[in-house]
Amino acid sequence: MDNARTAQAASIVPVPASKPREARLIVTDAEKLKVVDLSAFYRGKVALRNINLNIAANQVTAIIGPSGCGKSTLVRCLNRMHEVQSGNHAEGQVWLDGEDIYAPGVDPVQIRRRIGMVFQKATPFPTMSIEDNVTAGLRLNNRRMGRAERDRIVERSLRQAALWDEVKDKLRDPGISLSGGQQQRLCIARALAVEPEVLLMDEPCSALDPISTARIEELIVELKASYTIVLVTHNMQQAARASDYTAFLLNGDLIEFGETNQIFTNPSRRETEEYITGRFG
Amino acid sequence: MRTAPRKERPYLYRKFKSNLMMGLTCAATLLTLLPLFLVLAYLVSKGFTSLNFAFFTHLPKPVGEPGGGMANAIVGTFELIGLASLIGVPIGIGAGLYLNEYGGAFSAPARFAADVLIGMPSIVVGIFAYAIIVRPMRSFSALAGGFALGIIMIPLVTRTTEEMVRLVPQELREAALALGVTRWRTTVSVVVRTAAAGIATGVILAIARVAGETAPLLFTAFSNRFWARGLREPIASLTVQVYTYAISPFADWQRQAWAGALVLTAIVLALELGVRWITRGRLKPLR
Repeated sequence: MDNARTAQAASIVPVPASKPREARLIVTDAEKLKVVDLSAFYRGKVALRNINLNIAANQVTAIIGPSGCGKSTLVRCLNRMHEVQSGNHAEGQVWLDGEDIYAPGVDPVQIRRRIGMVFQKATPFPTMSIEDNVTAGLRLNNRRMGRAERDRIVERSLRQAALWDEVKDKLRDPGISLSGGQQQRLCIARALAVEPEVLLMDEPCSALDPISTARIEELIVELKASYTIVLVTHNMQQAARASDYTAFLLNGDLIEFGETNQIFTNPSRRETEEYITGRFG
Repeated sequence: MRTAPRKERPYLYRKFKSNLMMGLTCAATLLTLLPLFLVLAYLVSKGFTSLNFAFFTHLPKPVGEPGGGMANAIVGTFELIGLASLIGVPIGIGAGLYLNEYGGAFSAPARFAADVLIGMPSIVVGIFAYAIIVRPMRSFSALAGGFALGIIMIPLVTRTTEEMVRLVPQELREAALALGVTRWRTTVSVVVRTAAAGIATGVILAIARVAGETAPLLFTAFSNRFWARGLREPIASLTVQVYTYAISPFADWQRQAWAGALVLTAIVLALELGVRWITRGRLKPLR
């Protein structure tokens, strides 16, 4: 295992020195995801240019940047959701524990079972009850569950998403009967129920009030003990509060990547400083 | 600095014009509804007196003998609808799903073709069924009638299915895909389930539409004064029976034609009310 890791670490493609705009690979924790020369396109238009990025295991990596800079595109490339819309494609590599998820022959469906996602808008399935929403990922993958096992998964996932106490007496109610913040936590529970290794969160709080936002931020910090988390946010305070590493994107380029503390207190690039001090964006 | 007030038409004149236009549109609405009520009133007044228990339970009597009913035609209509649905519903839903969920560049021409098919005169479909089923089988049959009606149903179901699954937010599909669910399973268990009420509405409306078809049945299902003993035999239907009886010279048959028309209308009306009932408040989650 360790050997495999070392071998894989040795295969890291170093960022060529001729590209000063690229971030240095400074992550010191064990890496879970490694993005290598990733570019993404919408109907031929470039949305991301040669991104190189390491996502540390069991840490929260925030992706910040102004609207339209490619934050969502980047995170959607990490579990091959970018290509779901016709006309989109991505080039480059994304290594998940030493396996390139863009290698030919890799089934995106299998990848998405290992890399879960929570979206900007809470999207509980409207025809399903709360507990059916939680188990949807398992049931729709034809996983057979006994009653006891199902109840256990529902409780575990809802507890992990800090929603159990609020819904334990109404598991049969429709998922859409919950409040906005609860619906978003239900979606987190649904993503956790399939036991992914990585959880991608695409602006999960942007439609929520401050109290719900605070709950989800607390949750993110709790969840990193068990999951690797990538958090897209347009809220710089959120990135500062909840993340360990921060990547700053601008117009499809990765401008700067580093430990959150360093990015927010001592950014090395002028654009980063201007953005985080609110001069644009 | 004040600008001089613009010269406007007197307020009362403008108010009068507004009310006049509103009145005219209201009158147009009443004129739209008038034929519906006249037809219904006429149908009930003429048909209701000829309706009795025997009408629903007895076979037609030969000319000259009073009484008898249209039991075989009522059952025949339902049989034809059933056959048509067996063809039209699965193909229509499948095609509708394909057009919206998978279609790509092929969707636009296929959608156009479906629209052309919707506008196709139903008698043309009847001729088609006559040529490819009645002629080779050398017999009018329930099969041929059901086939013709099924062909008419397909594009109707296709287009409503497509419209209904289009209303399902893209986010729901992505939510399912992001859970590692396959495309097909997402379509069936999330998209179709979310749009189920709308799809059912489309199916029932298509059934109501073909239940009233006469022309394509004239030379496919034909008619039958007795119970059809199989799908390969001619079969009676309310529409053809009403047509035959209404143009006959016998007063008794004409009365029965009114009764048949009333029953047919009641069936279609019941289907439409069924749609209302199925969809009450159900399409809301789609937003």
